[in-house]
Amino acid sequence: MHFVSPQSTEEAARHLAEGGAKARILAGGTDLLVQMKSGMVSPETVIDIKRIPGMRDITEEDGGYRVGAGVPGQQLNEHAGVKSLWPGVVEACDLIGSTQIQGRCTIIGNLCNGSPAADTVPAMAAANAVAHVVGPSGTRDVPVADLPQGPGKLALEEGEFVASVLLPARPKRAADAYLRFTPRTEMDIAVASAAVSLELAEDGTVSDARVVLGAVGPKIIVATAAAEAIIGTKLDDDALEAMTKACRDAATPIDDKRGTVEFRTQVAGVLAKRAARIAKDRAGERT
Amino acid sequence: MSKLHVTTTVNGDELDFVCPPEETLLDALRGRLGLSGSKEGCGTGDCGACTVKMDGRLVCACLVLAPEAQGAEIETIEGMATGESLHPLQSSFIDNAALQCGICTPGILVAAKDLLERNPDPSETEIRYWLAGNLCRCTGYDKIIKAVQFAAAEMRGETA
Repeated sequence: MHFVSPQSTEEAARHLAEGGAKARILAGGTDLLVQMKSGMVSPETVIDIKRIPGMRDITEEDGGYRVGAGVPGQQLNEHAGVKSLWPGVVEACDLIGSTQIQGRCTIIGNLCNGSPAADTVPAMAAANAVAHVVGPSGTRDVPVADLPQGPGKLALEEGEFVASVLLPARPKRAADAYLRFTPRTEMDIAVASAAVSLELAEDGTVSDARVVLGAVGPKIIVATAAAEAIIGTKLDDDALEAMTKACRDAATPIDDKRGTVEFRTQVAGVLAKRAARIAKDRAGERT
Repeated sequence: MSKLHVTTTVNGDELDFVCPPEETLLDALRGRLGLSGSKEGCGTGDCGACTVKMDGRLVCACLVLAPEAQGAEIETIEGMATGESLHPLQSSFIDNAALQCGICTPGILVAAKDLLERNPDPSETEIRYWLAGNLCRCTGYDKIIKAVQFAAAEMRGETA
């Protein structure tokens, strides 16, 4: 195995393109090292991107925040600005692993690991986050929601990697929330999860919303019908019931040792409903 | 594959070693630097026995590649006592019988020390969540939590 620490994203992309399927990007390592130790992957080249300038930074950009691929979860959770603007993304990040994992894990690693149960991916997708992708032929910006393709699969070309994510600006009276179900209170993987991001008009009507489900399909589910069910309402019981039903209709989970199809479908709806209420309460405070 | 030369600061001392690129920081600390206080439990970041502080944040040394430690500041359990005098957390773990076999203890002490540096007066819930990634199969955790609370109070100057 070769270990390289490129000094620029271009250099990293070159290593990645040269290494092909035998090269892996190393940021926090909390997935990669576990996979290497279990024999799931045996990379010939490991590309540590954390020494590239900016990779460990959270920077303000156009009223939002750009989060570098090397920013550990704890650093994001400590960031007052991100917490205030995108509390749902931060609470999703904070749910990942232990304190020690938080010292290393990254939201971009969470995305690129490709787990359907990743906590930050529904939250980032609900936030309309945009991934900055670097590759051998240049860079492109892609909505996070468009990247997951299935377990372990992302819509990235050979030699491409995600260098940062932009959590965009948002108006006042807007907020988000993320909830997941796990049998334990800590150190567990989502059985079902839901992220809701919404904006309120001055009279408290939901003027825009995004609802994204996790762990109830091979990839995140952007539940457009669920969002439409609450847009134009004040989140009254009927609207929430319609949203819950739309979430259950959209869910396509599997049966496994952590949950049945029926349970996941039921819980996804409940979580979305609760997350919508939390997001609305938070949005009401951001005036 | 070619070996790498790594220079890193451990407990304030600049040290260097040579290792293969796939070696973990934990194996380098234990095998090359003779710092065997950090333990390997699971090797997959679940148990926290290998907890060290790296550039100001707690990490599982089993999930860090040793070459990543180039230029880093690392704190291990070996740096916790000052000479012969134990850190208040260490004394508290002995006084409160917060350990039995001792394998998890170094990781828990390093993690608890970082908690008390960030929050000198954590609630029981905060301590339990902070240490959720440190598994102990002997004590049932109650004595560990009490020992951390006891040490915290002592460090705040609240106990006789």
